[in-house]
Amino acid sequence: MSKFPELTSGSRPIAVVSFAQAKAVRADIAHNEVEMLLPVFGELFAKAGITKDDLNFICSGSTDYLIGGPFSFVMALDAIGVWPPKPESHVEMDAAWALYEAWVTMQEPGKDVSLVYGFGKSSLASDLGKVLALQMDPYTMAPLWPDPTSVAALQARALLDAGLATEEDFAEVAARNRRNALKNPYAQVARDDDLATLMAEAYVASPLRRHCLPPITDGCSALILVAGERAYDFSDNPAWITGIDHRMETHALGARDLTQSPSTERAAVEAGVAKGGLDLAEIYAPYAHQELILAKALGLGADTQINPSGGALAANAIMSAGLTRIGEAATRIMSGEAKRAVAHASAGPVLQQNLVAVLEGAR
Amino acid sequence: MNQRAAVIGIGQTYHKSKRDDVSIAGMLREAAQRALDDAGLTYEDIDAVVIGKAPDMFEGIMMPEHYLAAALGAVGKPMLRVHTAGSVGGSTAIVASHLVANGIHKRVLTVAFEKQSDSDAMWALSVPQPFSAPLLAGAGGYFAPIIRAYMKRSGAPNDVGMKVAVKDRLHALNNPYAHLQIPDISLKMVEESVMLWDPLHYLESCPSSDGAAAMVIGNEAAADQAEADTGRKPAWIHGMAMRSEPTMFAGRNQVNPQAGRDCAADVYAQAGITNPRAEFDCAEVYVPFSWYEPMWLENLGFCDEGDGWKLTESGATTFGTGDIPWNCSGGVLSSNPIGASGMLRFLEAALQVRGLAGAHQVEDARKALGQAYGGGSQFFAMWVVGSDKP
Repeated sequence: MSKFPELTSGSRPIAVVSFAQAKAVRADIAHNEVEMLLPVFGELFAKAGITKDDLNFICSGSTDYLIGGPFSFVMALDAIGVWPPKPESHVEMDAAWALYEAWVTMQEPGKDVSLVYGFGKSSLASDLGKVLALQMDPYTMAPLWPDPTSVAALQARALLDAGLATEEDFAEVAARNRRNALKNPYAQVARDDDLATLMAEAYVASPLRRHCLPPITDGCSALILVAGERAYDFSDNPAWITGIDHRMETHALGARDLTQSPSTERAAVEAGVAKGGLDLAEIYAPYAHQELILAKALGLGADTQINPSGGALAANAIMSAGLTRIGEAATRIMSGEAKRAVAHASAGPVLQQNLVAVLEGAR
Repeated sequence: MNQRAAVIGIGQTYHKSKRDDVSIAGMLREAAQRALDDAGLTYEDIDAVVIGKAPDMFEGIMMPEHYLAAALGAVGKPMLRVHTAGSVGGSTAIVASHLVANGIHKRVLTVAFEKQSDSDAMWALSVPQPFSAPLLAGAGGYFAPIIRAYMKRSGAPNDVGMKVAVKDRLHALNNPYAHLQIPDISLKMVEESVMLWDPLHYLESCPSSDGAAAMVIGNEAAADQAEADTGRKPAWIHGMAMRSEPTMFAGRNQVNPQAGRDCAADVYAQAGITNPRAEFDCAEVYVPFSWYEPMWLENLGFCDEGDGWKLTESGATTFGTGDIPWNCSGGVLSSNPIGASGMLRFLEAALQVRGLAGAHQVEDARKALGQAYGGGSQFFAMWVVGSDKP
């Protein structure tokens, strides 16, 4: 067997060799962002036997609107101690896109080792729904303060109206994810619910019941990417990114068919998802019904396990939750539990922007 | 860089205090459309869009790339949003250029902007944070003590900053896109303007602008084709680099930061520059407060440490007469749509080596430096562009 799997995207094999995350909690009142990141970086570096001096590039994802101040990423750098100075960049996006920027940068030989991380403390917002409403069109939508749960409910309603799902389907997704989370020590919401109990819950925003919603989470995650042969210096079985792509849709909700995810479909094609079997999928679906839309868009069959980590319904650290999906998939490749996996990240109101990555082991 | 990449289209808005005649999307489209027209392209020809801006609180929209996607023709395409503080315009151009130079896309549209009149930058920069000493002063109050330190270390006379303020405003008179147009600018006028943050007078500070900058980056085939189609030369990218260091630690040289020196060394090595003053025909450097010209002259290796103010004072950086004109466009001191200010430096450097800078064109400019910095003088982005293929 070759040391590197065949690549669909890019010209240089690049792999995840280490992943670490904070335990997801409702409110980490004891730590600021730097303090939240520090132990995660410590674990991340120790796992791979890497130091910050090995890094050729650093890229992070975060948003000022969670901390409620400018430059949230600036002080986070103190958790690394970028001295001597390092090539470094930041996206105001989920850190899955920071990984994408690092992956692009690493296409150039010599840019061999990157640190990618994302963080966010949603607990800082007194009303997270109002904060996230500010992602909408500032002239026509934001003044109406459309909170993400209400907008997601419109999407869920569209699914029901189109006959593509039932409310029981939503509950099954939620129950399965939280059951999977029982095996994930980093999860925030992990339990074994029976369907009847879930269906008896009141609506939060019809047709979404409480179980369809993600928790509010403080958290962060980080991973190390290494290019080419060197990846084997840090991991016996690196998780190679054989395909990666991301696509955008319009912000105009009325112009979208909310029951479909064409951007995910396109990204999946570009990333070569269908080129082989998939042992597992880690999907960033903060609302239960969205997993149904995304699983279809990714073309997943019954033989692909979805969200062994519990997904975003078990822990939804905004700005790192997408990166965590890639990290969770990579961890299972590195352990040998899976041979080929797809990881997905989403950003913007009701799945406006989507990223798809295919990860493969060579052993 | 795995392959050649070039700037094949350039566009910017007429920068102003308030663009209350257009939406944010409308303002960006002005710059983007001009860049596409310059390249002889339409939105359909673009593979991906990369946007950049400074803190989202400057407009009050969280992650505005989602709202802007349709206006910038990004629907169905990859779209990235960069934010690296004041250097963001430069970093955004670099991220876009990596997509091309590293073989992912053929043509990428990159746009940076700020619509400062939608909010209050002083407020947005000074929101108190838990467990942090409040800044309460915006950027000028942050940088004034560092400037003081530079004056003390270098022994520079007090009026060097004012000379930069006059020079860059005179430069701006040759640039129709520049926000500040002050035909009667003089040392006396600068000196008599109100003292904001000692030693910085009001007229030694950048303005607060609404504006956008856009570029189309193409690979070699796209650049050759654009040149054949439009008759306008591309600006070839000879090197690009970013560097960051922490905001504060004991012994940090905030006047002449290591990250800036390392970034310059990296980009010069890529471009084969050994004597920046002799080899560049001009430079567009992020000077939001007057004194940052002499400080960055030293940081970027245009002279020895401590000699920057002498270069400025000698007129070496003046358009038309100096041997190494800096900020022929008028620079950040004349136009400051914050998120776009770094990209404007990169864009103006490209305009010069394309020979398309109009009244502020440096004669036969063949190689130029674009630089942007941000945070507490800790984030740097630079590129070298040239008339010839690298």
